[in-house]
Amino acid sequence: MLNRKQAPVIVDAVDFKLQLKPCDRYQLDNGVEVYAVNAGAEEVLQFEWVFFAGNSYEKRNLIAATTNFLLRNGTSRRSAFQINEHFEYYGAYLNRSCFNETATISLHCLSKHVQELLPVVRELITDSVMPETELAIYKQNMQQRLKVNLKKSDFVAGRLIDTYLFGEKHPYGKYSKAEDFESLQRDPLMAFYQQFYQQGKLVLFVAGKLPADLQTLLNASFGDLPNQASAMPEALLQPATEKKYRIMNDPEGVQGSIRIARDFPNRHHPDFMKAMVLNCVFGGFFGSRLMSNIREDKGYTYGIHSYLMNHLQHSGWMVATEAGKDVSEATVAEVYKEMKDLREELVDEEELQLVRNYMMGSILGDLDGPFQIIGRWKNIILNGLDEKYFYDSIQTIRSITAEELRELARKYFKEEDFYELVVV
Amino acid sequence: MIQFDRFTLANGLRVLVHQDLSTPMAVLNIMYDVGARDEEEVRTGFAHLFEHLMFGGSVNIPNYDEPLQMAGGENNAYTTNDLTNYYIQLPAENLETAFWLESDRMLSLAFSEKSLDVQRKVVCEEFKEHYLTKPYGDVWHKMRQLAYTKHPYKWMTIGKELSHIEEAKLEDVKNFFFKYYRPVNAIMVVAGNVTTEKVKALAEKWFGDIPSGEKYNRDLPKEPKQEAARRLDITANVPLDAFYKCWHIYSRMDERYYAVDLLSDILSGGGSSRLYQSLVKEQQLFSNIECHHFGSTDEGLLAIEGKLVKGVKLEDAEKAVEAELEKVRQELVSENELQKVKNKTESMIAFEDMSVMNRATSLAYYELLGDAVWMNDELGHYAKVTIDDIRQEARNIFREENSNTIYYRSGN
Repeated sequence: MLNRKQAPVIVDAVDFKLQLKPCDRYQLDNGVEVYAVNAGAEEVLQFEWVFFAGNSYEKRNLIAATTNFLLRNGTSRRSAFQINEHFEYYGAYLNRSCFNETATISLHCLSKHVQELLPVVRELITDSVMPETELAIYKQNMQQRLKVNLKKSDFVAGRLIDTYLFGEKHPYGKYSKAEDFESLQRDPLMAFYQQFYQQGKLVLFVAGKLPADLQTLLNASFGDLPNQASAMPEALLQPATEKKYRIMNDPEGVQGSIRIARDFPNRHHPDFMKAMVLNCVFGGFFGSRLMSNIREDKGYTYGIHSYLMNHLQHSGWMVATEAGKDVSEATVAEVYKEMKDLREELVDEEELQLVRNYMMGSILGDLDGPFQIIGRWKNIILNGLDEKYFYDSIQTIRSITAEELRELARKYFKEEDFYELVVV
Repeated sequence: MIQFDRFTLANGLRVLVHQDLSTPMAVLNIMYDVGARDEEEVRTGFAHLFEHLMFGGSVNIPNYDEPLQMAGGENNAYTTNDLTNYYIQLPAENLETAFWLESDRMLSLAFSEKSLDVQRKVVCEEFKEHYLTKPYGDVWHKMRQLAYTKHPYKWMTIGKELSHIEEAKLEDVKNFFFKYYRPVNAIMVVAGNVTTEKVKALAEKWFGDIPSGEKYNRDLPKEPKQEAARRLDITANVPLDAFYKCWHIYSRMDERYYAVDLLSDILSGGGSSRLYQSLVKEQQLFSNIECHHFGSTDEGLLAIEGKLVKGVKLEDAEKAVEAELEKVRQELVSENELQKVKNKTESMIAFEDMSVMNRATSLAYYELLGDAVWMNDELGHYAKVTIDDIRQEARNIFREENSNTIYYRSGN
């Protein structure tokens, strides 16, 4: 007779030998570094061109993001429409994104079309012209989008909490206003483009079923670019002095967007890996303290999460949730209560084992597939780390003790260190 | 080409096995043949609320999540108007844990008052977060009510109103469970680093003795053919005027579905699509515009929606949309343009199929539609679509009397 009360025997995920599949590394003729992972069964490829052209490098708000956006909107030979049509004809997805330090172009395509696509990516890097008409449309549409976003309490809360943590002058804390869009001009964009894309330093990440002649293909399109690094301007960190905020954004709002956050060192700090485990216990997954208490026991919210911000220079430790308007203050109080609990009580062995297994299983799942593997590598490389970081984090998950977690909580979960914000 | 094995247990549970030895993981996906369309109009939102309750403990296992997390696994679920799907991903070595958990909650839930009480609140917060606090968040509630008069697609999965969720009783929960959540109404797909032999043994062991249940025979009211255009003009606290227009289309199993799908890509599937190029870039009437369909199993809707550039009149924006639709009704699209959207579809399918989880869910979905092998025929259906089909479907679908229009005006 089957005993359904008895769980099947499991293999503890902490015992898995997790391997980060190595990636090929080489340089193109001009010194451009290439990181490539050859894996997967489907005939697909992912390319990512990473430029050091994020908003840390701009002198005025939005220059970096707008330049990045307009890369796809016209070269001296092709209109925005023709560029889009070319990539779309081959079923390829061409995207661009701007971050704090880096800005990227990414391409997802079927392997069989790669030869038709790389030369046009080259064209975007070497010959974008950023037509005035495209800039005008962008300015108009982005201002409209901003208007809609400003009606959303979560959007408003996300901007404000970053400003409290880092200050409005810091790349991590500044945000765009309607007048920043209004004052955008083509010339500074072209200058930024020339310095940070045409001439700028580039790192390439490629994954999928790689063609045998990949290096030759990459050299043909990108092996002669200048690839010159520019120094990153010094950023001014100016955290707010006031810690607690309550903002009324929409008098008819039915939920409060809650953000509770503190500063935290970057991945090079010895506490970072341990903090990843403490974060998991605290609010990092569905079984976390915050989720179990505030969603699954009290029903105050659809979801609550905590996370360490993925910034290169300075990180932050963030709790984010949307909770009913009438239970927002109770939610804030419960978050602090959970911090207090972790400061005062040891996490018991069963919970810690569960978190270890969950984290290991989750990494195992995350490493499944070429795009996921290159994503790990990209994070390691851009943070100036190496694969030792990956293996050390795994060792930390396996061996961290309840005492160490409590020490960490005592060091970082001090209520007075946190910024606290509720936007309705 | 996705390979799989298939067998049925004596109690009617259909099981599909898809092996992929390149991954260390296993996926267990269970799809139940019940969605929001099966609800009563006075008790909407129930299929989705019920999905939440599936995590509130089962008859022999008080906590669903913890043993799974202990086994290094993750799970989630979603409800649509058509179906409810539950999936687990975990290290393949621990596959049996997934069988244990899923079979116990198919056997019976714990039916706890506390869980119902908490999840009612959680779902109400979900309702607020996604539909009440977001600008334009209520538009699809209104559109469904406008476009459907009989068919239960007239409400959204989350439900018509908060009160339906607030009033749910434990008795309703039990009835719902024993009507729909039976082996005979479920499809299980096990995928990843697994063998059919092992899956068979585990399926027999854990699911074999669950009572079969009665087959649910869906008999939903059919939506009568729409004979006259319907319009709604509303004003709300939003910053921009927005335009929404929907037309009735075919069911998922209709051969003409593929032409309509490609037609929607021709109109709006990227930076070189027609509506974007004409209305956002050239005429600058819209700040964004999309054309999409709901992919529903029964006769669904094709939607065009966009926000207007400040100062543009909704009437003028609609005329400009109509002019674009008139082009696809009158003129054939070029072979190249059709090829472009076919290529896009091919590549989208290739990217989707990279993940074992997606393959498992797709297999379950096609099996629910009738036969999992259809998953491998999709590209063939798209390949057959001609430029004449595209024009014909534009003529069939884009008729004013088949349309439902909402002017969503900014009250600011």
